[in-house]
Amino acid sequence: MSFHPKMAYGATFHKSARQLEDEGPPFAYTAENRARFEEIVKRYPAERRRSAVLPALYLAQYQQGYITANAIRHVAELLGITRADVEDVVSYYTMFYAKPVGKFVINVCRTLSCAINGAERVTEELCAKLSLKPGETDPTGTFTLMEVECLGACDRAPVVMVNDAWHECLAPEAATRLVDDLRARGEAALSGCHHVVERRRG
Amino acid sequence: MTAYDPVLIAHVREPNSYTLDFYLQHGGYDALKTALAKKPDEIIEIVKASGLRGRGGAGFPTGMKWQFVDKKIEPRYIVCNADESEPGTFKDHLLMERNPHLLIEGCAIGCYAIGAKVAYIYIRGEFFHVQGVLERAIDEAYAKGFLGRNILGSGFDCDVFVHRGAGAYEAGEETALLESLEGKRAQPRNKPPFPAVAGLYGKPSAVNNVETLCNVPVIVSKGVEWYTSVGPEKNGGPKLYCVSGHVRKPGVFEASMNVTLRELINDYAGGVREGRTLKAVIPGGSSVPILLPDQLDTRASFDDIQKAGSLLGSAAIVVLDDSTCMVWLAENLLHFYRHESCGKCTPCREGTDWLHKILQRIEHGEGQMRDLDLLQSISGNIGGKTLCAFGDAAVTPVLTTLKHFRHEYEAHIKEGRCTLPAPWRATHPVGAHA
Repeated sequence: MSFHPKMAYGATFHKSARQLEDEGPPFAYTAENRARFEEIVKRYPAERRRSAVLPALYLAQYQQGYITANAIRHVAELLGITRADVEDVVSYYTMFYAKPVGKFVINVCRTLSCAINGAERVTEELCAKLSLKPGETDPTGTFTLMEVECLGACDRAPVVMVNDAWHECLAPEAATRLVDDLRARGEAALSGCHHVVERRRG
Repeated sequence: MTAYDPVLIAHVREPNSYTLDFYLQHGGYDALKTALAKKPDEIIEIVKASGLRGRGGAGFPTGMKWQFVDKKIEPRYIVCNADESEPGTFKDHLLMERNPHLLIEGCAIGCYAIGAKVAYIYIRGEFFHVQGVLERAIDEAYAKGFLGRNILGSGFDCDVFVHRGAGAYEAGEETALLESLEGKRAQPRNKPPFPAVAGLYGKPSAVNNVETLCNVPVIVSKGVEWYTSVGPEKNGGPKLYCVSGHVRKPGVFEASMNVTLRELINDYAGGVREGRTLKAVIPGGSSVPILLPDQLDTRASFDDIQKAGSLLGSAAIVVLDDSTCMVWLAENLLHFYRHESCGKCTPCREGTDWLHKILQRIEHGEGQMRDLDLLQSISGNIGGKTLCAFGDAAVTPVLTTLKHFRHEYEAHIKEGRCTLPAPWRATHPVGAHA
């Protein structure tokens, strides 16, 4: 609902727009993930199992690619909290996906230090190359393009994060090449996060 | 350039700097041995005497923070704030990735001082690779008896765990971090009670930044006298500076707080690029007021930067050259704050959205003169009216650019376009109403 004709409230952004997660296929941790979960839960006091909700959700997301209602139910049962408690967390943190994403999720940092070193151009190049807008996934499910806020590697701007791996000093001209490289070599195409910037830049 | 020998990041460029063997060869865990031979209260006194101020942004004395921790209630916790998310900051990233044992040693000494048995290191979700480095280092430390039961035969037990966040700037606020660590949304709590009284799980806790804890072993091994002799009075000890933006050689640099902004930008970071001139400097992360070129001779210490009208914050120095449009800059940063507002307090949740929309329409040439007053008025209704400092942080980019660069706003409105486009910006910007 808008009170201002030129500023449609919530047209592009609204925190409280509640979207229900997909029900998804039946979900339970694999034996390996279940063991990992039990190990993680021990880090917190016995009566504070809820603390493990973020690591538990990461396990679910790594197993299934995104968070479904069934995954939420499973995590809630294991932690002894309500589904609403878990959903609350899933919808708040940006790194959990409530919808399926591509094999490579390309996150371009868009905040100041990256932006003044060409991040906006990087996004443009990637959009053109992939025929995607930020937030979209291509029809083959290979790439998802996202813009994210400061990644904390401003000396190596512009920085992109692909899934959990980093690629630094990505010049706009090199962005399309990175896409081809990712297709060909997977995450091996990424520079990783190393503090070698002085050497590289002379 | 002032003569200074780095201690925190002296070896970070060496290939094995993150391994325990390397750390032990360079005096690693000696400070823990020294500390365990003293009484916990003595450690707190030493840290107090050193004048160590929190490196996360607020600059609060660490010794005081530890002293305030209620020693009558068990258990107590050290929580290391490694959520480094302030735009322009990347010092903790370097410390954890290349010198993780220094942090682990700092956590162990901190636990010993306040009588905690567990330290949680809360890293931001994007630092997946850092989690791997830290967890390997923690395993090494357990294997050699620097963590775990009866450390070095002293009878002191200490566990350190890494907890990975999942993408929320607000988790860097100490009470929001505690909420997140408890498995909830990262939203701030009302204060008081402060974490020293009721922190993690309602128990007395000390929340300290990575660089702060990394300073503790240095104080214990090198002594209070050495520590206070580094840098100006009340601003002692080594400091990491993150210099980024329009400079030739951006990076993390260690110096005493005697160093000036000019030295950091020109001598350490190589100065602005060929053919460009410096327009403005953000000295402490996106949440602090801008300083102008005539203020570059200010010493980069907590007190001096404050006297100059800004804050040292997380020592994230973002250098802006003459190709930067200040309206664009405010819009870029408000996009950040709008996105990262946790949504708990109405003025911040709604206000940042409005500020961003107004800035966007000015930047795209659709603004009116009265929008400038509107920006001031909305900012006034956010700053100081929220539970945490986020509200004040979010309005700072707007107020500081309006104060120093009002003519740029007016030019945008009069000419109906951005008057300072730059080649590094989007060729087809997404307009306010596109």
